[in-house]
Amino acid sequence: MKQLLWFTIASLGVLLVLTAQEFGPITVSKNAARPKLGIPDFRGAAEAQNFMGAFNQTLWDDVKGSGLYDMVAKTSYPTFVPQQPSDLQTPAPSARVAPGGGHLMNDWSSPPPQLDFLAFGYSAAQNGVFILSGWLYDVRPNVSNHQVIGKRYLGTVDEAGARKTAHEFAADIIAALGGKSTFGTHIYFASSRTGHKEIWAMDPDGKNERQITHYNSISDFPSVSPDGSKIAFTSWAKVTPGIFVFSVDPVRDLRYYNQNASVNETPSFTPDGKQIVYASSAGGRCCRIFIAGLDGRGFRPISSASVIEVEPKVNPKTGSEIVFVSGRSGPQQIYKMNMDGADVERLTPGNGEASNPSWHPDGQIIAFAWTQGFATGNFNVFTMDVASRQYVQLTHSEGRNENPSWAPDGVHLVFMSTRSGRKQIWSMLADGSQPQQLTTQGNNESPVWGK
Amino acid sequence: MFSKRKITIIWMAVLLALFAAGCKKKAGPPPPPPPPPAKPEPPKITPAAPVVSQFSAEPSSIQRGQSSTLRWGVTGETTRISISQGIGEVQRTGNQRVNPSETTTYTLTATGPGGTTTSSATVDVTAPPPPPPPPPPPPPTITLDKRLDSDVQDAFFDYDKSDIRSDASATLTRDAAALKSILADFPNATIVIEGHCDERGSAEYNLGLGDRRSTAAKEFLQQLGVPADRLKTISYGKERPQCTEQNESCWQRNRRAHFAPQ
Repeated sequence: MKQLLWFTIASLGVLLVLTAQEFGPITVSKNAARPKLGIPDFRGAAEAQNFMGAFNQTLWDDVKGSGLYDMVAKTSYPTFVPQQPSDLQTPAPSARVAPGGGHLMNDWSSPPPQLDFLAFGYSAAQNGVFILSGWLYDVRPNVSNHQVIGKRYLGTVDEAGARKTAHEFAADIIAALGGKSTFGTHIYFASSRTGHKEIWAMDPDGKNERQITHYNSISDFPSVSPDGSKIAFTSWAKVTPGIFVFSVDPVRDLRYYNQNASVNETPSFTPDGKQIVYASSAGGRCCRIFIAGLDGRGFRPISSASVIEVEPKVNPKTGSEIVFVSGRSGPQQIYKMNMDGADVERLTPGNGEASNPSWHPDGQIIAFAWTQGFATGNFNVFTMDVASRQYVQLTHSEGRNENPSWAPDGVHLVFMSTRSGRKQIWSMLADGSQPQQLTTQGNNESPVWGK
Repeated sequence: MFSKRKITIIWMAVLLALFAAGCKKKAGPPPPPPPPPAKPEPPKITPAAPVVSQFSAEPSSIQRGQSSTLRWGVTGETTRISISQGIGEVQRTGNQRVNPSETTTYTLTATGPGGTTTSSATVDVTAPPPPPPPPPPPPPTITLDKRLDSDVQDAFFDYDKSDIRSDASATLTRDAAALKSILADFPNATIVIEGHCDERGSAEYNLGLGDRRSTAAKEFLQQLGVPADRLKTISYGKERPQCTEQNESCWQRNRRAHFAPQ
């Protein structure tokens, strides 16, 4: 009863978000000083222990994946690991415990781990519910209120339930620094693991893969609506490549009408989610940029050049400009134009081949694939500030690296890389750090990250 | 040895035995003798005509080129026995193998003092079954496949280009003649011109490039008189490579317009 009361009070006081001045704005940079966080392995009472391997891995990966914390290796931790606040004593001269063993907060804030934050807790299975009690402590000595998070997370008594509590606890730890967890967002991609290229979906950590299409044809180039409820993609399911729009929950074909053309491809949504921009060979040679309603009706061309123009992406912030890929100056390059097709500008310098533009949610930066500096076909992922044309190379010729797509948080990117052999989906932070392979089955490509 | 009485008994037994035996031998009266055979009428003087006891053809039905056997037998007084159809005079009994080329009726004529008797046998000759018909032509799609495989060559392109190069121009000129012939032989067929690309450019851009290659090939063929309404185009971009090695030889093989039945 006493404990329950404590939890109630603790829950009310959670999410004490640290002031931004302490750690600077949320930007991902290799040089920024990030707070040091320790997360020792949590243990579970009785039955709950069976799922703590999955829990600990998920919690660590989620928090590390946010890029907000400097994760301190577990090998440097003291031997005693607190499981609840009463296990942690503030320095007291009269303490009977020897310093350095882990019982004292000071043991964690001083070297070797020299943490700023410590996450700890434990799990138990009670009445068929997996209960995770988690705390995040600011262990630095000059802080008056050490507890940042103290909360219970509930799940089913199985691995999925343990992972769910880990995702939720991690989301709170990430939110403590003003960040946003990617848990709950979805990645759509094309996979040929069944023998045919189909559209698939998965969670941001690569778990929960599920097949969306079953055309036994070729389906590729998915994009996702701003609210995450629909996807549009290109498929040969009706012989010539055409556009399909599906709802994702439940999975349903929304019956997009394709105008008569040998090619209709690379659809993406406008920021209001009410229109589709795409490339079509209608009325000439492939391809011009078109815009149409969500059902494919009311289509009209935007661009008029007699070259190949594909992959239009409307600025998600302004809704007033489109980046796209064009062969106007020779090899494929990234261009930008207004919604009426005017004011066409090339963004990439013209060397190499550039493709796969993806807008950052802020509408100022794009990620794209570019062969600049490498042999034809050897793409790497770059980002570019559209206003200044300043670009940054994020991958460095570890196989082909293509199809970058920003996560809704604007901090992560998902992309395709052949660095591990076959085409696989990887995620990384916006500075190119923390690459993480998400898929392993068959060849996987064209990822897009939606809500 | 024996007493008198015993001798008497023996004698009596002997007599009794003799008597019994005598009784058995005494059968009934013998059966009446069979009646005497009837006296045949004295034969008439007038002689009978010969009798043809047999005249047959075995088998009676043959296929052209096979043979049949005539068998005959004649009784009675004869002066001449002959068979028609050129067989001529024969003995009273005999057989003769015949192989008529068409249905033939043989007539046996036996002539004697009593008159003439004829008999005929027919050998039906049927035409041999016709030779098996020539094997049916394989279904058109297979032949169309094979015709396209053997008669029509891929046209190849430069990297990131859909222009018809000089070698592709020569290839497509030959293809045009072959396609006209094939389309004439397969009046219902439609040919699909597939546009393919190598793996290097982006998949999205290559889908457009493949469309341009197939369209360029179609327009070239159209100018050479191949009916445009029998040609369709489809771009596979770089989705269906025929090789995956990362060298120019393989890349060139994949930068092509390919012909396939619809």
